[in-house]
Amino acid sequence: MLKLEARPEQSRLMAIGSPLLALLITVVVGTILFALLGKDPVRGLYIFFVEPLKSVYALTELAVKATPLMLIALGLAVCFRSNVWNIGAEGQYILGAIFASGVAMTADKSTGGWIVVLVLLAAIAGGMLWAAIVALLRDRFNANEILVSLMLVYVADQLLSYLVYGPWKDPAGYNFPQTITFLKSTQMPRLFSGFRVNAGVIIALLAVAAFWVLLFRTYAGFQLQVGGLAPAAARYAGFSSRKALWTALLLSGGMAGLAGGLEIAGPLGQLTPYVPAGYGFAAIIVAYVGRLHPVGIVFSSILMSMFYIGGELAQSRLGLPKSLTGVFQGLLLFALLACDTLIYYRIRWQAARPTAAKVAAISTEQKVA
Amino acid sequence: MDSIALLLAATLNAGTVLAFAALGLLINERSGIVNLGAEGMMLVAAIAGFAVGVSTGNDWLAFAAGAAAGALLAAAFGVLVIWLNTNQYATGLALSLFGAGFSAFVGIKYTQEKLSERPHFSIPGLADIPFIGPALFRQHPMVYIAIALTVALAWFLYRSRAGLVLRAVGESPESAHALGYPVRRIRLAAVMVGGALCGVSGAYISVVYTPLWVEGMVAGKGWIALALTTFATWRPARVLLGAYLFGGVTMLQFFLQSEGVQVPSQFLTMLPYLATIVVLVLISRNKAFIRINMPASIGKPFFPGS
Amino acid sequence: MLRLELVNISKQYPAVKANDSVNLQVQPGEIHAVLGENGAGKSTMMKMIYGAVRPDEGEIRWNGQAVNIRNPQEARHLGISMVFQHFSLFDTLTAAENVWLGLDKSLSLAEVTQRMMKVEKEYGLEVDPLRPVHTLSVGERQRVEIVRALMTAPKCLILDEPTSVLTPQAVDKLFVVLRKLAGEGTSILYISHKLDEIRALCTNCTVLRGGKVTGMVDPRTESNAGLSRLMIGAEPPQLQHRPAKLGAVVLDVRGLTLAKEDQFGMNLADIRFDVKAGEIVGIAGVSGNGQQELMAALSGEDTRSPADSVRLFGKDISNHSPRRRRHEGLHFVPEERLGRGAVPTLSLAANTLLTRTEAVSNSGWIATAQVAALAQTLIQRFNVKSGGPNAAAKSLSGGNLQKFIVGREIEANPKLLIVSQPTWGVDVGAAAQIRGELLALRDQGCALLVVSEELDELFEICDRMVVIAKGRVSPSVATSAATTLMIGEWMSGLWDQNANEEAAHAQA
Repeated sequence: MLKLEARPEQSRLMAIGSPLLALLITVVVGTILFALLGKDPVRGLYIFFVEPLKSVYALTELAVKATPLMLIALGLAVCFRSNVWNIGAEGQYILGAIFASGVAMTADKSTGGWIVVLVLLAAIAGGMLWAAIVALLRDRFNANEILVSLMLVYVADQLLSYLVYGPWKDPAGYNFPQTITFLKSTQMPRLFSGFRVNAGVIIALLAVAAFWVLLFRTYAGFQLQVGGLAPAAARYAGFSSRKALWTALLLSGGMAGLAGGLEIAGPLGQLTPYVPAGYGFAAIIVAYVGRLHPVGIVFSSILMSMFYIGGELAQSRLGLPKSLTGVFQGLLLFALLACDTLIYYRIRWQAARPTAAKVAAISTEQKVA
Repeated sequence: MDSIALLLAATLNAGTVLAFAALGLLINERSGIVNLGAEGMMLVAAIAGFAVGVSTGNDWLAFAAGAAAGALLAAAFGVLVIWLNTNQYATGLALSLFGAGFSAFVGIKYTQEKLSERPHFSIPGLADIPFIGPALFRQHPMVYIAIALTVALAWFLYRSRAGLVLRAVGESPESAHALGYPVRRIRLAAVMVGGALCGVSGAYISVVYTPLWVEGMVAGKGWIALALTTFATWRPARVLLGAYLFGGVTMLQFFLQSEGVQVPSQFLTMLPYLATIVVLVLISRNKAFIRINMPASIGKPFFPGS
Repeated sequence: MLRLELVNISKQYPAVKANDSVNLQVQPGEIHAVLGENGAGKSTMMKMIYGAVRPDEGEIRWNGQAVNIRNPQEARHLGISMVFQHFSLFDTLTAAENVWLGLDKSLSLAEVTQRMMKVEKEYGLEVDPLRPVHTLSVGERQRVEIVRALMTAPKCLILDEPTSVLTPQAVDKLFVVLRKLAGEGTSILYISHKLDEIRALCTNCTVLRGGKVTGMVDPRTESNAGLSRLMIGAEPPQLQHRPAKLGAVVLDVRGLTLAKEDQFGMNLADIRFDVKAGEIVGIAGVSGNGQQELMAALSGEDTRSPADSVRLFGKDISNHSPRRRRHEGLHFVPEERLGRGAVPTLSLAANTLLTRTEAVSNSGWIATAQVAALAQTLIQRFNVKSGGPNAAAKSLSGGNLQKFIVGREIEANPKLLIVSQPTWGVDVGAAAQIRGELLALRDQGCALLVVSEELDELFEICDRMVVIAKGRVSPSVATSAATTLMIGEWMSGLWDQNANEEAAHAQA
């Protein structure tokens, strides 16, 4: 029978191989799923993995989707490495979008392009504020951050709904729940004309570099990681767990808020009830598949974007529901977690023990006799 | 008076949803395993129950389907977490994310479907007592089953040897293993029973509570149920009381609206979630109290070889 | 006929062959020692007898019959029972419930409680069955473990390092119990590395070294040197002792009263002692008497000490953090290596950053080359066998990791070094090296405070000793004036009565 045997040392090969293996498993399951739904699996895979890369336009769309995922995942990577479980990034993203919209709405025809900076700063502040609630409740009252941050997602959603159905509703919007379309001055500059991708991508890539330095070259990053890996060692070393908690949450809240702000100052251009696109949750998967490493996150966010775009294409071209994306995302994470075991364990084939029952029977006979 | 009686009745109804899920999670956590996939399991169970309810017209088969769906997903979770020692929190999250996507995907076909005419239940005689009758005795049988389950679970945990073994496993799997108990199998059983109960809760939502299917209809009750087990310090009776408390808060929004309270509906909808936060804060403040009641091995991986 | 026999048993783990063709022969009614240093393979051998682990090769024979013990329940059925070194108890359950879980289902809890009290009375192992285990002292918890084992009416009782948690007087009482059992025909397997105890108690002894049996002897006829030679292949290493050259008072503790932080801890009550430069002061005591709480207060992991209760060179450091204390010259080696003294999955280089920040600039930038160089220095100076500065901490053996951690703190040139359980779980060679380093540091004028549960170790390296019992600390006594008996009494908190007792003893 198959047996798991602990490796004396973590397998470097599998640390990189595991996400690839997980992807392979997801693809295989996806193929089966397509076939079961009566669609041509090859065409399905093509739509998910080739179409999003086929043209320059497609690549820029990939960048548009990858930007928020990357930003949020970077913050989450720091959180998870510190053993702070911020599951409510979606809520912090929503608050970022709300704050960004609040500032964007103050712009009028005479406002210069500098307001974009304010919009983004407001977004970061909004995300940080929402995350600060979680940090405070955990710091002062020891309340579990998983549940608090998650509950706040639902609250944020309702807050958004209230604003777009109520006080912030565009009076000229035919009673649709949406704000005004924000003026061009509040929007991020586009990189190339004709394509939606904007300077947000540059910000995201800069963030990747910054986070790499933080995690691997600064003492602050070291302290955060030790706090997550061995809390008793962190206490022994004198690292403040309170500082780690606040740093992790404010950082990830700010990043999630920034992602929300960039969407408002970019592809969305206005606040609607559909702003929450699940990026906050998808980013959790991006963070994990990217090994909680900034460089890995670049690749995994591109992969996740492909899932999103593939899902949209599959809906329009194959008539498959968009929720297929969610299925693939969940599957990928599951497969990754299972494959990660191979980093720590080897699979061995071991022959079954001979005649164990017989010997035990003899020994019980002995006892009775 | 009438509307208060109705509020009470609705509270019991809503509370039952949380009760089943939270009792299931309690069994889970007593063995030392935290299953953050509750929301996902409940969603899949909701669509499974609804689908079976629509095609067979039999509610009890629907509940069984929900339980089966929950147990199956929990088993997959259990194998990963117990045998492959994957991180419990991450795996549970994966289950929730998967469940959300999968239920939405499968449920596409059922958004327009309707269940057969919903029966009205009432206990003859008792149901006619003024005020108490409409409040307590016109409920779906599952409401009473939830109460019975609570009693049975309390007896199991504190009066039976099997319950003692479960508590021991949750307290220290290493010691239980050293004494020769099949820790991993016990944990898997606990996880699957927990998953089945979460599944029953999910099916109850789509078949009794709001008999229809809408994507994401569980709306966070799985997470609230998780908070509930901590709030109730892992004791069945307290879980039931807490479930009713939350059910009441949830129903409060409709009650307030019907009474003409002028608050935007979104703020009323926020109530259960805010209440969960408040309750978490209140119960978590006393670190020592939590530590003495919590199964000590929650969330930690167990390696039998060492 | 032999009660228990192991014939050519072997067990291979991924990195090491724990047992290599070992043989064991145990007679009925025999107290049989299994002697070996840490890592020699004793635990693995016992796990196979007890059913927790299966041998790869060889045969186990019970009363002459070959058996295959698949799990602890089957071992119990045969009549084999084990008392663990690290107790297998459930803290929140009562003593009776704990015992019940260790037995088969056939009895009810009430019946078990009844029988338990009878067994306790018979062997002098009194413990209240209805108390939750977390309220019991360490010694009482061991009694629950032993009672649980005795209630299975074992034919072979295995005890794994049972005396590490007992005062010398309690050890004597345990020996009385064991001799009674042996007299009734029960075989006893006594795992230990303490030569004096084995020679006092056991009638037969199998010695393990590196997974192999190096000898089976009668310990009553052997000397410590002889047993040591079988155990480590050489005489016990000798340490250099120089007279102490005392300097100023470095650490001054007075009025240290501290409430416990959590339910299961111990309050500290008015602790006072001091440590001067150039001397080693030892704190003796059975585990669970406040050592952990005292260490946390001194290392800075607990900053709640009352003002002025902890002074370093006359300066009040009671509420300083660990980092600040290190700046001021106080370094600490904790008793847990993996998880506290070092992060298991990080490299040795990274692990230096826990307490050594020379390579970190003011802006927080880490100079990675410098960090690796420090690790390399430590590896070479302290003879740490490892895969280099990038090897993960958990890839090192216990002894080597301890050498690294102790070395990391010694190389920082501390003014005061506090060490908790310096050689716990460490092989004899590394233990000798570590003790030598501590003595060398003391000779250079550093002040040292050593906490240890091994009395022999304290007698070996300390100039003065105090005893900690129930959160209080005794007055200090020069090592040369102290005896094991006296320290044993002090471990029960009896140092005030000591003067009267001594007089009574002298007259008797």
